[in-house]
Amino acid sequence: MVDPKDIKRRMEIPKQSMSEQEPMARIRNFYEVPYGYTPEQAMKEAERCIQCKKPVCVGGCPVNIDIPWFIRLIAEGKFIEAARKLKETNGLPAVCGRVCPQEDQCEKVCVIGKKGEPVSIGRLERFAADFEREHGEVTIPELPTWTGKRAAIVGGGPAGLTVAGDLVKKGHKVTIFEALHIAGGVLVYGIPEFRLPKKIVEAEVEYLRRMGVEIVTNAVVGKLETIDELLANGYGAVFVGTGAGLPYFMEIPGENLVGVYSANEYLTRVNLMKAYQFPEYDTPILNGRRVVVVGGGNTAMDAARTALRLCPEEVTIIYRRSREELPARVEEVHHGEEEGLKFRLLTNPVRFIGDAEGRLKAVECLKMELGEPDESGRRRPVPVKGSEFCLECDVAIISIGNGANPLIPQTTPDVKLNKWGNITIDVDTGKTSKKGVFAGGDIVRGGATVILAMGDGRRAANSMHEYLMTGVWQGGC
Amino acid sequence: MFEIIEKRELAQLVKLFKIKAPLIAKKRKAGQFVVIRLNERGERIPLTIVDSDPVEGTITIIVQEAGRTTSLLSAKNKGDSILDCVGPLGKPTHIEKYGTAVCVGGGIGTAVTYPIGKALKEAGCEVISIIGARTKNLLILEDEMRSVSGRVYVTTDDGSYGHHGFVTNVLEELLKEGQKVDIVLAVGPVPMMRAVSNLTKKYNVHTMVSLNPIMVDGTGMCGSCRVTIKGKNQFVCVDGPEFDGHEVDFEELTRRNRSYLKEEKAAMEGFGYHEGEKCYDKGRP
Repeated sequence: MVDPKDIKRRMEIPKQSMSEQEPMARIRNFYEVPYGYTPEQAMKEAERCIQCKKPVCVGGCPVNIDIPWFIRLIAEGKFIEAARKLKETNGLPAVCGRVCPQEDQCEKVCVIGKKGEPVSIGRLERFAADFEREHGEVTIPELPTWTGKRAAIVGGGPAGLTVAGDLVKKGHKVTIFEALHIAGGVLVYGIPEFRLPKKIVEAEVEYLRRMGVEIVTNAVVGKLETIDELLANGYGAVFVGTGAGLPYFMEIPGENLVGVYSANEYLTRVNLMKAYQFPEYDTPILNGRRVVVVGGGNTAMDAARTALRLCPEEVTIIYRRSREELPARVEEVHHGEEEGLKFRLLTNPVRFIGDAEGRLKAVECLKMELGEPDESGRRRPVPVKGSEFCLECDVAIISIGNGANPLIPQTTPDVKLNKWGNITIDVDTGKTSKKGVFAGGDIVRGGATVILAMGDGRRAANSMHEYLMTGVWQGGC
Repeated sequence: MFEIIEKRELAQLVKLFKIKAPLIAKKRKAGQFVVIRLNERGERIPLTIVDSDPVEGTITIIVQEAGRTTSLLSAKNKGDSILDCVGPLGKPTHIEKYGTAVCVGGGIGTAVTYPIGKALKEAGCEVISIIGARTKNLLILEDEMRSVSGRVYVTTDDGSYGHHGFVTNVLEELLKEGQKVDIVLAVGPVPMMRAVSNLTKKYNVHTMVSLNPIMVDGTGMCGSCRVTIKGKNQFVCVDGPEFDGHEVDFEELTRRNRSYLKEEKAAMEGFGYHEGEKCYDKGRP
C-alpha cells in the first residue's frame, strides 16, 4: 500500500473504472448496469484518497459520512469494518453508493478532483456495503434498552427509513406506516431495477426489521388512523415522509389520450408491479413502438431507459432547454445515449394527437431558443414562431415533476403548508407547525434526491429523540 | 393477509365477499373503495366497499368477473386470503338531507348504490331507487335496495323482469311526471352514467356519479385514474370517486378504460380462464 503521506505517488494512481454491461446487451434486460468494483479495484481506488486532515468531502455529504475513515479501511482491506463505519452515519449505503449525485456533493469538493479525477467515493461506498451484504456479514448493532417511547413514521421511503433506523438505535420503538404493499418508497416504485436492484432495498428494509422496526404495509395514514389518532394512541412523535405527490401534467390538449403516462405511473407499473414481465405478472404496460419522454431530469432518464428495455424502435427525450441545462446526472445521460436514447433539445410539446380510438399517435412540438435568464438563473426557453413540427409516437411519458400529496393535509389541517401544498418545517429540526409532528423528504422539498431526504430524516430523528425524551417543543415552524 | 370469511354468489359471474379488515371497517364511509392485490404477481385494482361491519371487523366487496384479476378473485373461497387490501380510499359520498334522492344502479353498480342509499336514508332522505340489469339473473341486491328505499323500480334490458328497458326510461318517466327530485346518484357502466347525466341535465337535476377508472397506487401518486372534469384534470383516487355527472368527460373515460383491452385479452387467453390460481403457476415460462 502506498503510504498515505506520499501524496505524490497516491495522486499518480489512475481512477479505477468500473466495468458494466455492454449497452446493446443491457437494453435487453433489467439487470444492473455497472458490476461494481472488485476488492482489488476498490483497494486501489481507496489508495487514491490522500486522507486530508480537514476533509472537505465530509461537508459535501448531506449526512456527513466520515469519508476518509471508511476509505482508509477499504485501502487496508478491512471491507466489513468500512461498511460498519458507513452505517454509523448512513443507514442505506448500498443505495446511496448507487443513486447519490456524488459529482455534486462529496466528489465535487474532493481535493484530488482539483487536479484530476476525484476519488470515486460513491463507488467505494457501494463496494463496502455490497461486500458486507454479499458475505452475510450484516450484523445487528447492540441496541439500548427501550426508552419507553414510541414513534410513528408515515411513509417508508428514504426519509422514513432513515428516521426509523436512527430512532431504533436510540432505544425507541418505531412503527412505519407504508401506503403501498412494500416499504421502500421511491426506491421500489421509482428507481428502476437496472439502477438499483430491488433485492438491495429489501435487504436494507429487512435490516431495519431485524433491529425491531415494525413495518405496517397497506396503511394510508389519514385514511386509516389520522396523525392526531396516532399521537393519542401512544406515539409520542410522528414523522411525515409521504414523498412526492400528484404528478404534474403539461395541461396541453390530448394529454389524457391512451398512451400518455406520468413518469410516476410508467415507472410504478414497470418497477413496483413488474409490468416488464407481463403476462407472468398481471400488470400491463403499453409497449410503445416510438416513445417520447418529456422532461430532462433523473426521473425522465429513468423512464426513458426503462422504455428502451421494452423493445421499442426509438425512445426520444424532449426537453425545452439545451443540453447544458439538463438537470439529470451526466452519468445517466451518458448511459442513456450509449443505449441509443435520442434527444430533441430546445423542443417543447404543444399538443398530443390521437387516432379515432383516442390512442396517441403523434406529438406536436415547437422549437425553442434560449432567452434571458429566469428566476432559477437558467436561460428561459422561448418558442420559435412558426417552428411547429410533429413527431410520431404511441407512448408519451410526462416527467416534469410532482405536486404535493393532499392526503395528510386533508386530515391534519393544523400542519402548515406552503403555497405549493408542501409541508413547511424548521430546516434544522424538521419540526412542523404541529406539536410532536416532524416532516422531511419530498413532501417538504417538492422533488429532490434520496440523499437529501435521508439528510432530512437524520436531522428530524435527532430532534425527535430530544422531544421524545424531554417533551419540550420549541422552535416549531 | 386479508381473510375471506364469507362468499356468496349474487348473480351469474357476480360474487360477494366479506373480508376481515378491522381497521378499514372501523373507518370506512359510504362511497369509499379499497385497492386490492391478490398475490405476489398480482395487479392492483380498485373495488368499492359495499358495506362494513366495525364490530365484526369486516368489509364487503362485490366482484363481477371481467378480467384476469376479478376472475382469480371470484375463484377464491371462504378461508382463502387476499394478499393486500388498502383503504378506505377516496372521499366519502357527501351525504345530507337532500329531500328526495334517486339512487340509480346499473348492473354491478348497484353494489355501490346500495351503501349510498343506506346512508341517504339514515340522513333522512326520501330514497327512490331504480336498479337495472341486462337480464333477470344478473340483477343484484334487490332486497337490500328495498330495505333502504321508499320505492324501488327494477328494469331489465330484455324484459325478463320488471320494466322492459333501461333505468333511464324509468327515470325520465318520473321526471316527466313532475316527481320532485333533489339529487340523482347514479352508479353503473359508463354508458349508463352518461345517459343518466345527459337526461338529468335536460331537467336540471343535480347528479352525482361514481367513477371506476384504471388505478395503480390509489393514493394520488401515479395519475393513472385522471379524468377530465369541467375541462380540468382530476384524480379519481383522491379527488373522487364521485363527481358531478354533468361535468364528466365520459367519452375520454370510456377510451381510457379500454387502454389495455388487447393486453387483458392476451392475459386471459394465455393463462386459462376460470381455472383459478393453479393455471397461473402452470403458465409460468
